[in-house]
Amino acid sequence: MTDTSTPGKKTDWASPQLLAKVAQRQRAEKRFRRLGLSAIVIALAMLATLLFSIAGKGYSAFYQTRLVMDVTFSEAVIDPKGTRNEDDLRAAGYGGIVRDTLRETFPDVKSRKDLRELFALVSKGAPMQLRDMVLDNPDLIGQTVPVDFIAGDDIDMFNKGFIPRDVPEGDRRVKDMEIAWFDQLDAVGAVKMVFNSTFFTSGDSREPELAGIWGAISGSFYTLIVTFLISFPIGVMSAIYLEEFAPQNKFTDLIEVNINNLAAVPSIVFGLLGLALFLNVAHLPRSAPLVGGLTLALMTLPTIIIASRAAIRAVPDSIREAALGLGASKQQTAFHHVLPLSMPGILTGTIIGLSQALGETAPLLMIGMVAFIVDIPGGFTDAATVLPVQIFLWADSPERAFVEKTSGAILVLLGFLIFMNALAVLLRKKFERRW
Amino acid sequence: MQMLADVTTPEIEDVEAIISAKDVSVFYGDKQALNNVNLDIPANQITSLIGPSGCGKSTFLRCLNRMNDTVFGCRVEGNITLDGQDIYAPEVDEVLLRARVGMVFQKPNPFPKSIYDNVAYGPRIHGLTRDKDELDEVVLTSLEKAGLLKEVKDRLNATGTGLSGGQQQRLCIARALAVQPDIILMDEPCSALDPIATARIEELIEELRENYTIIIVTHSMQQAARISQKTAFFHMGEIVEVGDTEQLFTNPRDDRTQGYITGRFG
Repeated sequence: MTDTSTPGKKTDWASPQLLAKVAQRQRAEKRFRRLGLSAIVIALAMLATLLFSIAGKGYSAFYQTRLVMDVTFSEAVIDPKGTRNEDDLRAAGYGGIVRDTLRETFPDVKSRKDLRELFALVSKGAPMQLRDMVLDNPDLIGQTVPVDFIAGDDIDMFNKGFIPRDVPEGDRRVKDMEIAWFDQLDAVGAVKMVFNSTFFTSGDSREPELAGIWGAISGSFYTLIVTFLISFPIGVMSAIYLEEFAPQNKFTDLIEVNINNLAAVPSIVFGLLGLALFLNVAHLPRSAPLVGGLTLALMTLPTIIIASRAAIRAVPDSIREAALGLGASKQQTAFHHVLPLSMPGILTGTIIGLSQALGETAPLLMIGMVAFIVDIPGGFTDAATVLPVQIFLWADSPERAFVEKTSGAILVLLGFLIFMNALAVLLRKKFERRW
Repeated sequence: MQMLADVTTPEIEDVEAIISAKDVSVFYGDKQALNNVNLDIPANQITSLIGPSGCGKSTFLRCLNRMNDTVFGCRVEGNITLDGQDIYAPEVDEVLLRARVGMVFQKPNPFPKSIYDNVAYGPRIHGLTRDKDELDEVVLTSLEKAGLLKEVKDRLNATGTGLSGGQQQRLCIARALAVQPDIILMDEPCSALDPIATARIEELIEELRENYTIIIVTHSMQQAARISQKTAFFHMGEIVEVGDTEQLFTNPRDDRTQGYITGRFG
């Protein structure tokens, strides 16, 4: 229509040059689509490999070998005075009972050295196991009942097939003798595989079969609570102020640039800051979720501010004008309309920030949350560790049995992360609005 | 042109001016958007502001309820009085001013809340009603006045954004009415609507004239001719001509007005 300069000259859309051009364009599109598809396939394959390898190594951490043996809760050992006083029951020599039980089950074992091997069949936690049973139910005293002993970690590994029988005896941690005892128990059906509730209910331990992630989960929980309580209000308020109230000038530009830079600062630097500020200046307790949470809050703040600002900016100006036009003040406009409308986006950003914080290890190393902590933390100032640090600690342990614990803990951590991210997606889907 | 504008003013002097703008200039940063605009808005009449895009008519409208204050870098010079009081005086609370001078926007912008909450929002923040019953009444009368009540009375709790475009715009008008303003500013209220919805809104605007002073910015000269009593023609940030609508459309004094209303430019 506009091309009036060359009247009469018509484009020949069927000419070989143009057809070649079309074919070339179609090839380019196909090529690009194939490249994109292969990129996705490669990424998925990597992810699948990762998940399968962790799940393959880790699932056995959720099971545990138990050895069933008849235990005589001898009154003479546990409560010679017959008072049933709780303190006496607590202090009794349950180790002797465990040893007696093993000796009775395997009467042929005589030599000191063999006996030591024999006693290692069950976990070092076996006396505690018996003590807890007695404290729970003092009527057991004087009775003989079958008890599921937690197997020692080597036997557990052997039972799970990680220690093969066919390698020379010198090369494996489980000796022929122990295998014979194990087989003997197995023959009478005294070997059981049960769900490993210890793994989910206890804290860390030097003994792999007694180690659990509950301490780390509690630590992570307290830490994240602190992180959320600090970073969410401050982050959201900063974002609202910067978006809705602050004048646009060099100073606010500088703040904006710095917030974006902070989001890219390596997390270990935040750990150093936390160390300097919270421990050395404020003298807060070392290794505590309070300090961990504060440190992670510093790290999460930029993420939350950036996500919140984006969410606030996405609220159309027409809504602000509508409210202002009705005589709402700026603050009323921000809190009655803009904030509720941007809340899904803000929450999504917050959850993603928190899930980053949940997976963070480096800054916590700096403030002493890397310590070996057996007790389950009961509050914000108790010494604690967190899931990723627990994984780090276990991955560092030499015992074979910690390999599966490490992978098991990774599975649990991934589970939490997937749960949180799914929550973020759900929130976004649920509250998504059309204007 | 200043002169012409002044000349036309006396003809409508018989009606009391509720808003009076004197030598109003508006700057966005370094850019001047309005240059020495003088305009009297008669009470209980419909005044329409017409002119090509970018001529400053919306800018002028937004000066009247100080919506320009929210625009970064915007500066207003001159004097605008509402009932004799300078609205840019330091002691004036611009938030309260906006309650007295309501505004309806180009694109229907109901809050993504229920129809009821949309209308009730203004009375709620200003504390205009004492109890729920009173609020209910204000909401229903406002919807009634906006001619929307019949269509929505069974679904007051449905979301306002689910209405059709025309209904949404009437909801916005009802929302503005609920604050009981004296003046309603309308910034091209029909430009996003189909002809039937437009006709309904125009009807409504004419009904509202009885109780409110209405200033409407419009791109449609037919609309200005149909509904308004007074028309001001803006061009390049100045008022070229202002006068009775009939006179301005049938017998414009200025060549540019003539050119614009006959469609030669704009």
